[in-house]
Amino acid sequence: MDHPLTANIRPGEGPPDIEAYGKAGGYRALQKVLKEADPKGLIQTVMDSHLRGRGGAGFPTGRKWSFVPPGDRAAHPVYFIINADEMEPGTFKDRLLLEGNPHLLIEGTIIGAYAIQADIAYIFLRQEYTLAKRSCSRAIARAYERGYLGKNILGSGYSLELYLHTSAGRYICGEETALLNALEGRRAIPRAKPPFPPVTGLWGKPTIVNNVETICNVPIIVEHGADRFRELSRSVDGGTKLYGVSGRVKRPGLWELPMGATIREILEEHAGGMRDGFKLRGIIPGGASTDFLAADQLDVKMDFDSVAAAGSRLGTGTMIILDDRTCPVGMVLNLIRFFARESCGWCTPCREGLPWLARILEAIENGEGRPRDLDILRRHTGLLAPGHTFCALAPGAVEPLQSALTLFEEDFNRHIRENRCPWRK
Amino acid sequence: MATILIDGRPYEVKDGQNLLQACLTLGFNVPYFCWHPALGSIGACRQCAVKRFKNEKDTGGEIVMACMTPAEDSIRISIDDPEAVGFRASVIEWLMLNHPHDCPVCDEGGECHLQDMTVMTGHAYRENRFRKRTYRNQDLGPFVNHEMNRCIQCYRCVRYYRTYAGGGDLNVFSSHDHLYFGRSSEGRLQNDFSGNLVEICPTGVFTDKTLKNHYTRKWDMETAPSVCVHCSLGCNTIPGARYGKLRRVRNRYNRDVNGYFLCDRGRYGYEFVNGPLTVQAPLAKTSRAPEPVALSGEEALARAAAWIANSPGVIGIGSPRASIESNFALRTLVGPDNFYAGLSDKDFEILNLAWEVLRNGVARTPPLSETAQADAVFVLGEDAGNTSPVLALNLRQLARRKAAGLMEEAKIPTWNDSPITRLAESEKGALYLATPCATSLDDMALKTFHAAPPDLGRLGFAVASVISPANAPKVADLIPEELRLAEKIARALKSAARPLIVSGAGSKSRTLIEAAANICTALRQIGRPAQIILALPEANSLGLAMLGASGGIETASGELLSGRAATVIVLENNLFRRCSPETTRDLWGAAKHVIAIDHIVNATTSRAELVLPAASFAQSSGTMVNNEGRAQRFFRVFSPKAPIKESWRWMRDIMGALWRPEAAGWHGLDDLIAAIAAAIPVFSALPSAAPGADFRRAGGKVPRQSHRYSGRTAILAQIDVDEPKAPEDPDTPLAFSMEGDHRQPPSALIPKFWAPGWNSIQSLNRFQQEIGGPLRGGDPGVRLIEPSPQAKARYFTAIPARQVVRVGKWVFVPLHHVFGSEELSALSPGVAGLCPKPYVALHPEDAAALGITEGGRARVDVDGSAYDLSVRMVPTLSRGVAGLPVGLPGGPALDLPASGKVSRGIADE
Repeated sequence: MDHPLTANIRPGEGPPDIEAYGKAGGYRALQKVLKEADPKGLIQTVMDSHLRGRGGAGFPTGRKWSFVPPGDRAAHPVYFIINADEMEPGTFKDRLLLEGNPHLLIEGTIIGAYAIQADIAYIFLRQEYTLAKRSCSRAIARAYERGYLGKNILGSGYSLELYLHTSAGRYICGEETALLNALEGRRAIPRAKPPFPPVTGLWGKPTIVNNVETICNVPIIVEHGADRFRELSRSVDGGTKLYGVSGRVKRPGLWELPMGATIREILEEHAGGMRDGFKLRGIIPGGASTDFLAADQLDVKMDFDSVAAAGSRLGTGTMIILDDRTCPVGMVLNLIRFFARESCGWCTPCREGLPWLARILEAIENGEGRPRDLDILRRHTGLLAPGHTFCALAPGAVEPLQSALTLFEEDFNRHIRENRCPWRK
Repeated sequence: MATILIDGRPYEVKDGQNLLQACLTLGFNVPYFCWHPALGSIGACRQCAVKRFKNEKDTGGEIVMACMTPAEDSIRISIDDPEAVGFRASVIEWLMLNHPHDCPVCDEGGECHLQDMTVMTGHAYRENRFRKRTYRNQDLGPFVNHEMNRCIQCYRCVRYYRTYAGGGDLNVFSSHDHLYFGRSSEGRLQNDFSGNLVEICPTGVFTDKTLKNHYTRKWDMETAPSVCVHCSLGCNTIPGARYGKLRRVRNRYNRDVNGYFLCDRGRYGYEFVNGPLTVQAPLAKTSRAPEPVALSGEEALARAAAWIANSPGVIGIGSPRASIESNFALRTLVGPDNFYAGLSDKDFEILNLAWEVLRNGVARTPPLSETAQADAVFVLGEDAGNTSPVLALNLRQLARRKAAGLMEEAKIPTWNDSPITRLAESEKGALYLATPCATSLDDMALKTFHAAPPDLGRLGFAVASVISPANAPKVADLIPEELRLAEKIARALKSAARPLIVSGAGSKSRTLIEAAANICTALRQIGRPAQIILALPEANSLGLAMLGASGGIETASGELLSGRAATVIVLENNLFRRCSPETTRDLWGAAKHVIAIDHIVNATTSRAELVLPAASFAQSSGTMVNNEGRAQRFFRVFSPKAPIKESWRWMRDIMGALWRPEAAGWHGLDDLIAAIAAAIPVFSALPSAAPGADFRRAGGKVPRQSHRYSGRTAILAQIDVDEPKAPEDPDTPLAFSMEGDHRQPPSALIPKFWAPGWNSIQSLNRFQQEIGGPLRGGDPGVRLIEPSPQAKARYFTAIPARQVVRVGKWVFVPLHHVFGSEELSALSPGVAGLCPKPYVALHPEDAAALGITEGGRARVDVDGSAYDLSVRMVPTLSRGVAGLPVGLPGGPALDLPASGKVSRGIADE
C-alpha cells in the first residue's frame, strides 16, 4: 500500500492484463462506486482526500469536479477527458502509468466520469507515446468486453463511451482548453476563460480535464478511503507522488514516494546522488517551466506549498538537475527554444517575445552577446508574466530563465565578457 | 449605466461593454489590434493592456486586457499607469521585430492603424539585431493585394473572412512565430466580400489592388460622401479621386445601412467612371454623316431644343440608375404624362407592385443594418447574395446572433467572440430559403426549398394562410411535404421577436412579392411584428417608382408608334439591356429623334442621334432612394470636365433654350430638390437628406481635400506655374479645397474618417456616438416611407397554379451574378474579369435527356429569337426549369420569366 500507483507495474514485463489487474484488486473500486450510486458522495470523498491535480497546477480535483452543473442542470453529453499529452521537457511520469498499468487509468477514468455523470470520455494521448497507445487501446477493448465501458456498465444503468485520441503533437495541447480545441479539430489555441470548461467545454458542453496521474489516484481513494489516502502523504496534499530525476545523477529514474518527500531524499537516496566528477549547481523541480532552485535548497519538501514557498513550483514533480559541467546559458537556451517553437502563435508576447529571447540566448552562447542583452532578458521575465499573456505557456517558459539570471548571473556575464561560452572547448 | 473609474476620475458608461469599448467611446486613446467592433474581442494581440485595481487601497494593480474585461460598475483602472504604458510599448516592440517597416513603399502608409498605434504607444527604438522573418506572397485575384511580411498576426482577417463573411478559402497556417495568413494555394479570393479585408487588416498585408493601378495616398485624395450605385441597398461609400480620376471606393460607415462592410461589387465596381467607355462630349449623327461628330455644348443644346420644339410630342424615358433630380428634371421637361420608367413593362409592373406593398402594406422595411438582428427570416425567391450582397452578408449573421443569445443566457458577454464563433458553427439560425435554385446562403439555412417561382409563391401563400387561417387566402392542393414546410416556417415567424420576410424583384415574379406581403399581413393580423425587405434591381429603383411613370419601355414605344410623339429623350439608360430586340427595333423605327443622355457609351448612346455627356455619380451630386425608402444624398467627388454635366443640368438648359419657365429657378441642386419636394408629397422630406449648399461651418464649406493635401501649387506646373483655380461647387456645402473646418461635419457630409492620432479607417471610432453605434448627430439619410398605423389588412388573392412541367415547354427563370448582372460594375476591369460568359442553366437530368453534357451547348428559343449558349448543370433547379443569367455582358436581353424551348446546340450536334 506504500506504492499504490506503481504496485502493479513491472518494468520490462509489459502491463498487467485485465485478469492480472482484476486479481490484484482491480475494478473493485469501480464496482463499489456503481453500487453506492452516489456521485455527490464520491466527489466529496475525493475532496476529502486532498488530491490535487498532478498535471502541474495542483488544483484540488474534487473541487474541479464539483463545478460541473449537477444532474439535470447539465447540458448533456458531459465529457470527461484524460490529459495524457505529456510533453513537458524532463517529464515522463504519465508515460510510466500509461505503459505500465493502463487499467488503473481506465478504472479511474470510469469512476471520475461517473462522479460528474459524464457520457463520453477521451484519453488525449501524446503522439510519440506509441507504446502507451498500444497498451491503452488494448486495455480499453478489454474493458469494453468486460462491460466496464459501454452501455449500462455492470448493470448499473450508467453508460460511458471511452475513446483514445492520439494528438497530432503540440506541447500546447497539454493546456486544457487548447486540448479541447484540438479535440474538436481546431487549431490548438487556448480558450479565453470564462466560459470555463466545466460549464462550457468540449463542443460547448460541460467538460472536465484531468491529468493521467491524478486520475490513477482515484481508484485508490475509492478503495482505501480518503483518510487512508491522506495518510500516504507527508504533507497536506493527499497521496503519493511520482517523482522523477533526470540529469547527471547516478540513477536517473522515477519513484513513487509519499507526497512531500524532500529533494535530498529523492536525489540522494533514490537517484544515487550526482555522478562522479559532477557537482550539483541547480534543480528545476517540476518540469521545464519551473524556476531553478539552488544547490543548497535540498531540504525543500516536494509538495505544492513547500516548493512554492521555496520560490518555484512543484509542477509535475520531475526534476532536471544542472551540473557544473553543463552551461546554464545553454540549458536555458535549450528550454526557451523549445517553448518558442511550441508557442501556438495566438498572443503577441509569447509568439514574438520567446523567439527573441531564444535568439539572444543563442547569441550569448555563441559568444556574440552584448551587455544590454541581459537587460532585455530580464525585462522579458517581467513582461511575460501571468495575465500579460493569453495562457500560462510563456510565463512558465521564462521561469527557468528568470531564476537562472539570478543564480547564474556570473555565468551569463562571463559569456558576454569573454565573447564565448566558457563550457565550450 | 455603470460608473467606472479611469485614472481616478469617474465616468458613466453603458452596461454590457468591455473596457476597450468603454474607453474608446469616452474618447481615450487605448491602442488595439485584434479587437474590431463588428468582430468582438479575442484577447490575442495584448495591445489594449490597462491596469486594474482591486480597490482604492490597491496601489500595485494588475495588468488586464481592456477588450477582455467587462466595464463593470465601480471598476478601477488606469490607462496611464507606467507599467501598462510600458507593456503597451513592448507589444509594439514585439510586433515590430518582424514588421518590415516599409511604410514609404506600402500602400497602407498614411492610413495605417499599425503606424497610428506605434505612435500612440510611444515605442520608437528597438535593440533587435536579428534578421526579420519573410514570407512568399500570393496572388489573390484582381481585388486584394497580399504582402505577408507586414503581418502582425492579429487574426482579424481570418475571423472576418471565415466567421463573418462565410469564406472558406482564407485561413491561418503554421504556428508560433511563423503564422501564415493566406490561401492553401494561390488564387482569387472566392468570397464576394473579400475587399473588406483591406479595411479589416490593421496594416498593409491586404491592400486594394485596383488602387495600386493608380495609386494615391489617402492624404492626396479628394473625397466626398457618396452612395453605392451597384444595387438597391444604398450602402454608403467614400470614393476618392485625384487629377480627375477615381482612385478607389471605401466604406462609409452608416450604422443604419451598411455598417462596417461593403461587397466587392460596391468596392471594386467604380472603375467604369475612368474607363474608355465614357461619353466625353456631345455627339451627333445625321443621315448625311452617320459617324458621330462632336458638338459644342451650345450646339448640342440648340439642336435638342429645335427637335423638341418641332416635335408633335416628346417623351422621356427615365432610369433607375439616375438620381431623383435627373429623373425629375426629365419628367418636368416632357411632362409627367410623357415620362416613362426605363424598364420593360413587366419589370415596371413588378417595381410598382413593390412600391405599392411598401407604401400601403402593413409591414415596415427595416434599415439594412437591422436585417442582421432578425431572429427568423424567410427568403422568398431572392438570391440576395447575387442581387443585394450586403443583405446576404447580414442574413449570414443569424447563426451568430443565435449563438450570442445563448451565450448571453449563460452570462457570457456578447463581445467575447471565441465562444460565440465556436457555438455558431454548430447552431443554425431560423433562416428559411425558397429560391429557384441553390444560393450562397443555403449553407446557413435551416431549410431550403428550390422550385419554379409559381411554386415558391404557393409556399409563401401557404405560410400566410397557416399563420392566419381565418383571413389569408388558402392554397389549394398543397402536397403534404409543402404544407409541413409551410407550417414550420410559419411557426418560426410567429414565435420570433424580429421576423423578417425577404423578397424582391430578382425573380421578376409578382407572385413572390404578393406572397411576401400576405405573410406580413397575416403576422400583423395575429398581433405579431412583421418586417419586409424587398431587394430591387438598381440604386434608385424605388426612387423612380415613387416618382411615378406612365409605363415601361414597351408602352413608351407604343406612344411613339401611335404618332403622338416623335422625339424621345433617354436618360442614363441602355434600353437594349432591358427589353427585347423587337421593342428597341420598334422604338428606333418610330422615333424621329432619339436623344440619349449618359456617361457611358452603350448600345443606346451608339444608336442615338444626339448624345449629351452626363456626369457619373462620382462627378455629380444628387439623391437616390434605396430599397428601404431612405433618401440618401451623394456628392460630387471630382468635377467633370466641361461640357460634361449633370443630366438634370442638361434638361434645365434645354428648358431654358425653349424659354420654358419651370426650370428657371433651378440655379443649384437645392432649388431642384425644393421643387421636387413641393411637387410630389412623398418627397417632401427630400431636402433634409443632407444640409444644403448654404451650410457653413466656421465660415467655410466642408473641405474635400485633407489637411495634408500636397502639391496643390505643383499640379499642372509643367503647363502653367500659376496655381489652377479650384473648381467651384455651387450645389453642395463641400469645397474642392483643403481649407476649412476639418472637424466632424453633419454626418451626411462626412467626406473622410480622420481624427488626430487616428489616420486609418479606425478613426471611425471618433465619429460615433458610441462604439458601433450611430454617427454623432445621427446616421445620414431620411426615410420617406413608414407603414401607416391605419393601413388595412389586404390580401393578394391571385394564388398561382402549380408549375406544370411539360415536355418541350421550358420555363426560363432569371439568375443573377454579383459580378456581371449589374450594368456599371461590369464595365470596371476587375469586375469584368469575373463576369461569367452567357450560359443556360439546366438540371443535369434535363440536360441528359437532351443529350447535352457538361460544357456542351444548347439552343434556346425564347421571345421569338434563338440563342446558342453553353450549358451549366445546376442540380438544384427544378426539372423543366432553365435558368438564364441576367444582364451579362454579351448575353441576350430577355424579358424573363418566359417560356420557350431548349434543344441540343448546333455546335454539339
